[in-house]
Amino acid sequence: MAKLNQVTKDDIGKKSPEVVHEVEKGAIRKFADAIGDPNPLFHDESFAQAHGYKSIIAPPTFAITLGAEMPIKIDPRGVLHGEQAFLYDRPIVAGDVIRCQAEVTDVYERSGHSGHMTFFVTETTGRDAQTEERIFRARGTIVIRDVEIPG
Amino acid sequence: MNALNFAALKEGEELEALVKDPITKVQLVKYAGASGDFNPIHTDDETAKTVGLGGVIAHGMLSMGFLGEYAAALAGPDGWVEELSVRFGSMVRPGDVLTCKGTVKELTQSGGRGHVRLSVWCETQKGEQPTKGEAVLSLPA
Repeated sequence: MAKLNQVTKDDIGKKSPEVVHEVEKGAIRKFADAIGDPNPLFHDESFAQAHGYKSIIAPPTFAITLGAEMPIKIDPRGVLHGEQAFLYDRPIVAGDVIRCQAEVTDVYERSGHSGHMTFFVTETTGRDAQTEERIFRARGTIVIRDVEIPG
Repeated sequence: MNALNFAALKEGEELEALVKDPITKVQLVKYAGASGDFNPIHTDDETAKTVGLGGVIAHGMLSMGFLGEYAAALAGPDGWVEELSVRFGSMVRPGDVLTCKGTVKELTQSGGRGHVRLSVWCETQKGEQPTKGEAVLSLPA
């Protein structure tokens, strides 16, 4: 039996490489459609323009698709999503070019009725690639389940 | 769903709910594709059983996406969602029907805008609250 994941406090401060994302209208619409969200700001460019935006804007959780790589290697089968937060300086608009980087900001352990678990927190910051202005921060808490799999 | 009118809001007020369609396995595949989260515990029953989940579970982010839809609808086309934060509790599975609910927690004004902090949560058909958190909306004051 092998443990799927090992994360320690030594991982705090590790950063992913920077990645640059171009936000496309199609990606926003597909994301809103998967949620079943009919908001015209996310679908209809002329509607969004009539409300002061350059193009359609992205749903509040869209920034999850702009993640940088994980700063550390994680086997996704052994983790659960514990918490998530998005803090926006302004909405994301189609056409934005956003530079993103993730950093491990905390690692802590908890023991409860469902066994021993490790929590690790990453914060991804997205900045406008041209102006360097911050657009969003996305903070995620991942719960490492103490699972073992054959092999 | 009608956008909130900042001037008419009261702290503690309960907001209109948003009932979502039942979650389907196809929706989980669509969400995996649209979000780029291809963790097989959301799309492949075999894998989900191997790691002790008993079958596929919905992406926590899908239920948070429902709350994002709810918050943006309440903000309306001239408002926007400044913050959305949640904690994921119990698991959500295909067939579950989630209803988004909210109450007004705090009202503030700055920079010519109204800011509304809401408690928001998803409730299942069994009355469980798998996804709970807060949203902050910026509204025309």
